[in-house]
Amino acid sequence: MAEDPNRIDIEHVAHLARLELTDAEKTKFAAQLKDMLAYVAKLGNVDVTGVEPTAHAVPLTNVLRPDEARPSIDPALILNNAPESARGLFIMPKIVE
Amino acid sequence: MSLHTLTISELRAKLRCGDVSARQITQALLDRIQAVDSQLQAYLWLNPDDALAQADAIDRTSKTQPLAGIPIAIKDVLNVTGQPCTCASKILRGHTSVYDATVIRHLRAAGAILLGRTNMDEFAMGSSTENSSWGVTRNPWDLERIPGGSSGGSAAAVAGHAAIAALGSDTGGSIRQPAALTGCVGLKPTYGLVSRFGLVAFASSLDQVGPFTKTVADAALLLGVIAGHDPLDSTSVPQAVPDYREQLRAGVKGLRIGLPKEYFIAGMNREVEAAVRAAIQQLASLGAEVVEISLPHTDYAVAVYYLIATAEASANLARFDGVRYGARVRGADVLDTYGKTRGAGFGPEVKRRIILGTYALSAGYYDAYYLRAQKVRTLIRRDFEQAFQKCDVIVAPTSPTPAFKIGERVDDPLQMYLCDIFTISVNLAGNCGLSLPCGFTTQPKLPIGLQLIGKAFAEPTLLRVAHAYEQATPWHTERPAL
Repeated sequence: MAEDPNRIDIEHVAHLARLELTDAEKTKFAAQLKDMLAYVAKLGNVDVTGVEPTAHAVPLTNVLRPDEARPSIDPALILNNAPESARGLFIMPKIVE
Repeated sequence: MSLHTLTISELRAKLRCGDVSARQITQALLDRIQAVDSQLQAYLWLNPDDALAQADAIDRTSKTQPLAGIPIAIKDVLNVTGQPCTCASKILRGHTSVYDATVIRHLRAAGAILLGRTNMDEFAMGSSTENSSWGVTRNPWDLERIPGGSSGGSAAAVAGHAAIAALGSDTGGSIRQPAALTGCVGLKPTYGLVSRFGLVAFASSLDQVGPFTKTVADAALLLGVIAGHDPLDSTSVPQAVPDYREQLRAGVKGLRIGLPKEYFIAGMNREVEAAVRAAIQQLASLGAEVVEISLPHTDYAVAVYYLIATAEASANLARFDGVRYGARVRGADVLDTYGKTRGAGFGPEVKRRIILGTYALSAGYYDAYYLRAQKVRTLIRRDFEQAFQKCDVIVAPTSPTPAFKIGERVDDPLQMYLCDIFTISVNLAGNCGLSLPCGFTTQPKLPIGLQLIGKAFAEPTLLRVAHAYEQATPWHTERPAL
């Protein structure tokens, strides 16, 4: 692990995660992240030369289903769970100026 | 005789010969929940009228389905149409499922009564159920102690006889560890055996749904119902499901039991180690051959797990953004709305893991953390492949300690993560694992779990060894004084 764990930019990480943190949370999580990175640094001791990464344990690839129209869940039911909806649509704050 | 104390097999026999009705069984469970759940707090949601209506519908059938009239509790992470599904998170407060998870569809077809929803660590992240947004579930053996986690509600419900069986999910030990700490049987199936469709995703390459039961035979029955290929889950393996009860009584003669030397570590609770060693002796006396094996990369498993699981979680939990479901906290613009919604909706452990996972995947760190973890994951898998050339089943403790006190570890995340030291490798390698009771500590009396680990799709062997041990020991007959 070449990176210096002291150089954690918690605000940048929180921004990437779209997670608003309080100042107290920033201080706490930065310290805990540093601890955890120090713990996982032990992986640097393993010789992984020529070792392929494992993404998941099942040897299945390109699992496809027939491209056929099927009945879907009633959109009205789905919109019942939405924080805000109107005329069959999710309502969001404006994205484009 | 109290119906709530019986097993699935016992209740099936009574139901078939007309001794009891599904309504009577369901009512007995509802009465038991009424009596004990104010102490246990295993359930987050219950609808007695709906449960009794399901029972009445079963009573109108021939009752020959494999789980006819059997009340089963469901972890709050699986979708059941018309029921709430919150993953014990404020961000999903008020969410109602609009479809059934595949395992739920199987349970319905098998005649099970979907009894209610059980507590868990928020989004299944935790080892004590203390990370629930809705309150702490207590261990039926000692109400001052945690029931394990993350499926602590399901474990406490079964161990406290407030459900006949339950479903949970296991990403790094979340079925086996609470089963061990509450004294019931918990099975983490081979990755790809049970559909994950309708299971709210935590770490997609590790998550599996599995049963909590009072006996190994019940686990075999329930696994048979929920297992099987599902076109709706692209990681579901297309192969036939055997009858898991067929080989149960085959015994352990001629089987090789592997003891991983790395799993008997310094710092393990002495009574836990003694109970596990006694269990190994017992298996030997039943005719199994005990061989020493080595899983040399064990020491790296927790580090690999906490990089891979958090990385996957940080991606999976991106969908909780206040757009399509859950609570929304309005901000100045879209980005501000995302940030505020997630900041207010997620609890501390979920935030901590999203941050670690995001960091591990971020530019400049990906190779050093995430990719390296995936490579070490390959080495952990190879350890198991080599070990299973020397043995049929690996035997180990499920948890290094019995249930700890509520609050004891909440301020030390790393200490909490080490609870899973014996269980997480199984998820990383995609093997199957089962925990069953193998004794009790003396003061106080707390259950101890024995973990059996099998190679991929070796559930019949796992259940066979577990059943032989269970039938030779008294542990599964003990009940908490609740």
